[in-house]
Amino acid sequence: MRQFSKLEQRLLNEFQQGMPLTPNPYADIAKQLGVYETTVLETLKRLQTEGVVSRVGAVFRPNRVGASTLAAMAVPQDEIEAVAAIINEFDEVNHNYEREHEFNLWFVVVATDEDRLQQVLTDIEAACGYPVLDLPLLDEFFIDLGFDLKWT
Amino acid sequence: MDMIKDTAFETALIEIISKGLPLVKQPYAAIAEQLGSSESEVIEGIQRIMMRGDLKRFGVVVRHRQLGYRANGMVVWDIADERVKEVGHCIGQYAFVTLCYQRPRRLPDWHYNLFSMIHGQDRDAVIEQVQFIAEQCGLQDVDHRILFSNRCFKQRGASYSRIQSDSNGAERGIAANG
Repeated sequence: MRQFSKLEQRLLNEFQQGMPLTPNPYADIAKQLGVYETTVLETLKRLQTEGVVSRVGAVFRPNRVGASTLAAMAVPQDEIEAVAAIINEFDEVNHNYEREHEFNLWFVVVATDEDRLQQVLTDIEAACGYPVLDLPLLDEFFIDLGFDLKWT
Repeated sequence: MDMIKDTAFETALIEIISKGLPLVKQPYAAIAEQLGSSESEVIEGIQRIMMRGDLKRFGVVVRHRQLGYRANGMVVWDIADERVKEVGHCIGQYAFVTLCYQRPRRLPDWHYNLFSMIHGQDRDAVIEQVQFIAEQCGLQDVDHRILFSNRCFKQRGASYSRIQSDSNGAERGIAANG
């Protein structure tokens, strides 16, 4: 990982929330940082090109639009890539990770409504030949203020 | 604007701000041009969406992995049902915890009911943070596991408009639900 300038560090850490809703939001950020608006824009563009910043935008709560769940599957290790590929073919699947556990595939399924969601889970089970653990969100306990990056 | 136009406008706006603002001097004006509306309608639309509480946050979205946070552990805990709320709030207060959700048990296969996500610079850092949480929240004797992620097979967002217009779609910008 490369070293980040003080400006980059502050942009990455202090502006994960509270994007100004003003005509010139990047100018407002620039004012807070004591730099030019163009510097803020160029720096953000560079961080985005490098892949450090995914976007300047909104992060929504889960389950506000459509229905979603976290699903898990226990798959023999030598089949995991093939099964992951089958799961990934479903448009409703957005994240799919291998994790260290007997349940070794973990993926998020999002659909228009609960009926459709259950149908997709059934289809995934049929396509993969393994049962799916359906673990929908029941309650959430934290306020997401962004992630506090530690610069070392 | 009438109701239907209003809803279509908001759906399009949600889609755009999820994908990200353009990096130009007047991003809301640029979005307005795209939507055939005015800058103030865009700003008011975003304010309306925020007022409803649908947004977790609005700003710079960073990629942890690219910032050197290479270890990602999903920590699952088996918490007595009557303590879930209290423990959930305790775990959720720490900045290095990026998600803290209650989910159902699926007995006999799965008995963990509280899920928290921790990003660390390496595995040891995550393990240390889990120990810290266990001490702070009185969970030393509680059964828990850290499920480190090895490989990511898919990480993408699709679109809200697709969700609302047909049955396809995963949400872009939705907080990782897992």
